[in-house]
Amino acid sequence: MSAPAPPDLRIITSRFDVEDGHTLAGYERTGGYAGLRRALEMAPADVHSEVRTASLLGRGGAGFPAGVKWGFCPPGVWPRYLVVNGDESEPGTYKDRLLMERDPHQLIEGCLIACYALGLSQCFLYVRGEMAHAQERLAAALNEAYEAGYVGRNVLGAPDFSVDITLHWGAGAYIVGEETALIESLEGNRGMPRLKPPYFPASIGLYGKPTIVNNVETLANLPWIVSNGGEAFAAMGADSSTGTRVFAVSGHVASPGVFEVPFGTTTFRDIIFDPRYAGGMRPGRTLKTFIPGGASAPWFFEEHLDLPLEKTTVDQAGSMLGSGAIVVMDDTTDVVKACHNVVRFFARESCGKCTPCREGTSWLEKILSRLLAGQGRPQDLDLLMDVCDNISPGINWPPRQTTICPLGPSAVSPIASALERFRSEFEAYLPATAVTVTGVAS
Amino acid sequence: MSENETVVNITVNGQPVEAKPGEWVIAAAERAGVYIPHFCYHPRMNSVGMCRMCIVDIDAGRGPALQPSCMVEVSEGMVVDTTSEQTRKAQDGVLEFLLLNHPLDCPVCDKGGECPLQDQTMAYGPGESRFVEEKRHFEKPIPVNDLVYLDRERCILCDRCTRFADEVAGDPLITFQDRGDQTQVNTFPDLPFSSYFSGNTVQICPVGALTAAPYRFKARPWDLTEVESTYPNPMGDRVVVQASRDQVLRYQGVDSDAVNWGWLTDKDRFAFEATASELRLHTPLVRGTPLGRLDPGGSELVETSWGQALSLTADAIKAAVADKGPQSVAVLGGARLTNEDQYAWARLAKGVIGTDHVDAQLDDGLPAEGVLSLPRATINRACTPGGTVILMAPDPKEEQGTLYLRLRHAIVNDGVQLIELTPRATGLSHLAAFRLHHRPGEAAAVAAALMGGDIEAGPDGDIGGTPVSAVAAAAAAIANRADQPLTVVLGRPSLAEPADFTMDAVAELVRFANLLSAGGRPGIAFLPALHRGNVLGALDMGLAPGLLPGRITLADGGPALAEAWGSVPSNPGADTRGILQAAVNGQIEVLILLGADPLGDFPHRELADEALSQVGTIVASDLFLNPSTVRAHIVFPAAGFAERRGTHTNLEGRITGQRQIVTPPGTARADWAIATELARQLGADFGFGAPEDVWDEITRVAPSHRNLSMEAIDASEDGVVAADSSIAFTPPDNATPVPHVDAYSLRLVAARRMYDRGTLLQHAPSLAGLAPTAVLAVNPYDFDRVGVEPGADVQVISNAGEMDMPVVADPGVPRGTAAFGYNYPDLDVRDLVDPDAMVTDLRIQTR
Amino acid sequence: MARLNANSLGVAQEIIARYPVPRSALIPLLHLAQEQEGYVTEDAMAHIAELVGVTPAEVMGTCSFYEMLKREPVGEYMVNICNGISCHLLGSSDLIHHAEATLGVRPGGTTDDGKITLEAVECIAACTEAPCLQVNYRYRNRVTADDFDQLVSELRDDTAKVASHGQLAMVRQHIGDDRRAGVSPPDGQGEPAWMARNPSDNGDGS
Ligand SMILES: Cc1cc2nc3c(=O)[nH]c(=O)nc-3n(C[C@H](O)[C@H](O)[C@H](O)COP(=O)(O)O)c2cc1C
Ligand code: SF4
Ligand code: FES
Repeated sequence: MSAPAPPDLRIITSRFDVEDGHTLAGYERTGGYAGLRRALEMAPADVHSEVRTASLLGRGGAGFPAGVKWGFCPPGVWPRYLVVNGDESEPGTYKDRLLMERDPHQLIEGCLIACYALGLSQCFLYVRGEMAHAQERLAAALNEAYEAGYVGRNVLGAPDFSVDITLHWGAGAYIVGEETALIESLEGNRGMPRLKPPYFPASIGLYGKPTIVNNVETLANLPWIVSNGGEAFAAMGADSSTGTRVFAVSGHVASPGVFEVPFGTTTFRDIIFDPRYAGGMRPGRTLKTFIPGGASAPWFFEEHLDLPLEKTTVDQAGSMLGSGAIVVMDDTTDVVKACHNVVRFFARESCGKCTPCREGTSWLEKILSRLLAGQGRPQDLDLLMDVCDNISPGINWPPRQTTICPLGPSAVSPIASALERFRSEFEAYLPATAVTVTGVAS
Repeated sequence: MSENETVVNITVNGQPVEAKPGEWVIAAAERAGVYIPHFCYHPRMNSVGMCRMCIVDIDAGRGPALQPSCMVEVSEGMVVDTTSEQTRKAQDGVLEFLLLNHPLDCPVCDKGGECPLQDQTMAYGPGESRFVEEKRHFEKPIPVNDLVYLDRERCILCDRCTRFADEVAGDPLITFQDRGDQTQVNTFPDLPFSSYFSGNTVQICPVGALTAAPYRFKARPWDLTEVESTYPNPMGDRVVVQASRDQVLRYQGVDSDAVNWGWLTDKDRFAFEATASELRLHTPLVRGTPLGRLDPGGSELVETSWGQALSLTADAIKAAVADKGPQSVAVLGGARLTNEDQYAWARLAKGVIGTDHVDAQLDDGLPAEGVLSLPRATINRACTPGGTVILMAPDPKEEQGTLYLRLRHAIVNDGVQLIELTPRATGLSHLAAFRLHHRPGEAAAVAAALMGGDIEAGPDGDIGGTPVSAVAAAAAAIANRADQPLTVVLGRPSLAEPADFTMDAVAELVRFANLLSAGGRPGIAFLPALHRGNVLGALDMGLAPGLLPGRITLADGGPALAEAWGSVPSNPGADTRGILQAAVNGQIEVLILLGADPLGDFPHRELADEALSQVGTIVASDLFLNPSTVRAHIVFPAAGFAERRGTHTNLEGRITGQRQIVTPPGTARADWAIATELARQLGADFGFGAPEDVWDEITRVAPSHRNLSMEAIDASEDGVVAADSSIAFTPPDNATPVPHVDAYSLRLVAARRMYDRGTLLQHAPSLAGLAPTAVLAVNPYDFDRVGVEPGADVQVISNAGEMDMPVVADPGVPRGTAAFGYNYPDLDVRDLVDPDAMVTDLRIQTR
Repeated sequence: MARLNANSLGVAQEIIARYPVPRSALIPLLHLAQEQEGYVTEDAMAHIAELVGVTPAEVMGTCSFYEMLKREPVGEYMVNICNGISCHLLGSSDLIHHAEATLGVRPGGTTDDGKITLEAVECIAACTEAPCLQVNYRYRNRVTADDFDQLVSELRDDTAKVASHGQLAMVRQHIGDDRRAGVSPPDGQGEPAWMARNPSDNGDGS
């Protein structure tokens, strides 16, 4: 077992225990806005270089390197916008809310640095609607920061650098976390993902202009990176997964919690079993399965425990680190119910745009509901797999899509994982006298 | 594909295909004859990629992958496979998903038999459903407006109707509501989908979710026969006319690249009801006693034979000519007829009777010679990406619906800049680059400034009521785009003022046109947006004073036609106003009304009324009796649209075919045949046995139509465009002066709305009730000045009359102006307009 | 009249001014309408349509997409029990059953006294605190059946100190006119001035 991270390696959760860390006074006292001051002494392009050097991977789910994504803004097209993705809704994910509630100024500082580096003239902070407290904290922090001259006209007195940060809030729709749906929603529309290509809003985004969409945690790293240099950041964690990452470990563990650990070097076993983290299974229980990166990720099992929390390794093992949500299930878990729970989520949250997602996910959910109600038919298990196959041909990882965005195919992961590994538990739900019900002619 | 167009080479199912750059795979495949099943894709709207039915294997260099062919652009070397195992499986899957919640009510569905979903299912679908769950339920069909019903259970959420409403019509009044598998299409509660274009959604809905009230349950697709034709409106919208058991049951728009792109207005789409109306004229009628005896002074119109009606007419004409000369016979109307009908009547009037008192426009258009003298634009020219359009016409959304849709698309999608030079806002105002809303009657001053003339402000820092700065900016914008075509959509923006004002403005534009076209630039061209059916055909066929068929004046073309016809009138005739005035003066003995209703349509009702009382014999050829024709002495029942073959000319001068699919009611005949028969009775043999014969003669004698063979017209989907006239534009001698408006008055603008008390509309039961009730619209800021409250019932007074009506606030009406609809069913604006004044000023007072 | 009242209208105008395109303010304005009336009335939607320049149908299209925006009156308190996977594993179904029994309503229902609307919701991002719930979007963590009963009694006698439904953040963003950088309209803007800063002028950045 590799050594868990010492507490002093916390770089973005460092103010979680500071009583007034969310206020401007508390933030300034603990070194706040030093990164911004440092950035303003540099040329914008050099700030961008530092981020590239840091190899900061996006923390929103896809894990795309931020510095590279920033480079996709087409030259000479203005204005450009920054949109902060604070819609955190992926089941099991719990970190962005804490970063917004406990250290709002750190996020604001991160936004300012990104705006400075890329010439983004306006920033929209899209916070999930249900997070009233985070909205409050951010509103208060923004009001303070505007007053104190950190945000708005002539940031820190600079005659040439002005940027507005607008707090925006959603109204309850998971799909809005998908970046193009987020932009649609920010334009006042239904949160339906846009067609790809263009693959990145960096080329065509908000109001048809270049737009950088970054996750809250991603941006929260910028003050540290600029203050300490990209090299220092890259030196932490693994080569391909640098810095630290915040994981929420929930479910059947002794002490569920949110932990910032070195990225890429900590293993699943560390974070689930180490007493400084989740502290292992509940007394007397054993691990049955766990979700390594949010509800969309294929499930992992005992044999995956020693994999490091590192992007490439996890990808290669057939799942993803996604949004940093580790959900642990012990031997008491009814996997059919758990599977149904996750599938129901996707069915409820489908935006309704693509036929396979809209109709397919709710069909899967209906079949599972029927199974749980004791009205399953033997052919339902194969039907489940075939419907999955029609949503995501081949049921591979990463999923192939018949849809615009990966939401629909995400519903396939839990079914494929659970049915493959625990088929007998599904069969146990079939009524003893199950007879083949013939379909209704269409 | 033309020589200089680049080609993208792709392979579809092993066959090489030449695609156009930027083309979607689905479109390229279709042109190459490979049909890719789809529901949401529509070639005239943006791709949304929603239904996912069109996914096929596409290899753009990185190996084959399933991708939606409606949103992948072709690229060089691309390999498309629409038949692979993986494609088939994915498409089957999508089809199964779509059917999960789709009701199985095909036997009672209007769409049954022409439903892509049904067809796909037959072709590819699984034999039985694996879905044993309960289907989604919604209240069965709900009306989304007076014409269209929506059955949400049948809807497959393809976004076509909602996209059409938003993108094409600009009336986003139906939207997706709710989310996921609960998503539905709906309106806002109590706010119907009140769009002039709603019927198009019925046509493009790929399933039977949207149905049209006038068509619901009327027929099954397999009972219908159909022909492709041209709807008789000035746009010449291409339509498919469908009929069953000798009854027209439906019009569907045809996707003509040059014209209407498949769209129709509701007014036109549902006007088929009028054709089948019980009130159609079936037999000739003459004056008689209540017992049916012939009596020239009789109080009734009684049925008679064709022979009798024709010989009575011929006798009346002969007597008139003998008595008072050929100019004592006059012909009004004919704008709704086919070119052949119009030609035959023109030849009868001008070549046989010898009168030039012929006018198809009832003083609600523009001078015929002026219109013909202007270089003509095509719609596609007006819509050239990056071009400029000056709108100097009534609101196209109200009067030229499909032109409005084409212009809207060009502005929104192709960067065409619109400059409005109108007396009030139109349906395109919010998209216009410049809104130069002038005081009624003062377009010419603005046009002069716009065209590079001196920009000199009036006393209020304006030109004709338009801010100087806006005019200057618009002038600069025109100059900036001088390398792109400039097109003027030209019509009569207000019927409360004479056409002179418009022609003064045209003179300013023409003056500048030479400058614009210098150095090989595209210059300026005109799209005449005139009112009524085939009005442009009528001008071309010589149904106008001073003109002969082929866009030529009596003076220039007389000798040639005299040879062909035997003779032409020796004196130029008068326009409608002059003819009616002559009638009042006792100079008109026989007045022939070709589908015309001067009492209803001519702007000066009293003059029309008096004229009709004075004329000895009124002869009418019409589909229906109208307020004027009930006063006729002889009435011929005419064949209408879809009841005869012929050609039509649209505002571009584009000639397309009209075809027959049903027989006319009773003994009704085509107008060319009536004219030919009358000519025979008057001693002239036209030799016409069929409309083709008429057309043949047109192509021989009409200079602009020379050699435009019927075969060529039929062969090309988009018809052929007639040649420009050689008539030179003659600017008016002196610009018409505009009187000052006093501080307490509002100057009147009167223009038509789409739904009014027009004859055809009122005979279509589904449309008759849609005409709005009369209101006077005034700028919100003017209420204080004139001292009334918005919404109040007020008394409106002009120097011609007064009437009571509600007054409403409308920011689209400039300050100092009041707007009133021309043809409201309840109140007649003509009672306020003094036909001899240049403008009409209104005073408003609370009752 | 359930259009926006004078007070809301003032806030609405301030919100709209923060966006380059008015339509972007749609969701915040719908929340504002909900704050005023407890739910989004049709009149409010029509009013918002006027304010941002779209049709009421478009406002409805957006409004109906989002779960938090209620188009029918709900209880003074929305009690949203999380039924996400982490809470599910730690007994959210039991908690929901308990709530149903206690309140006498099914998820989506409102108690007869109009106080409480019960909902079973998807993950609310408090997964390590399962099972959890929100009362008018304020968190209650690791909720037992007893905690729930306690909460209900506090809500019923108004001692729970939770703002009524519709009110989200108690702090609003406010940008003083002198501090505003100014919204950048999507059209017609050049490169921001600071992008021209030269690396060599500014120390060791390069
Ligand atoms: C269905 C779906 C939901 C998503 N939800 C979130 C979310 O809640 N928060 C987030 O930051 N990213 C989410 N993402 C990822 C975003 O699309 C986007 O990749 C991310 O915000 C980019 O930020 P990053 O590069 O900083 O990670 C989601 C993606 C999908 C497909
Ligand atoms: S009603 Fe018809 S056109 Fe409209 S979304 Fe449904 S299926 Fe498509
Ligand atoms: S036709 Fe391509 S997705 Fe519907």
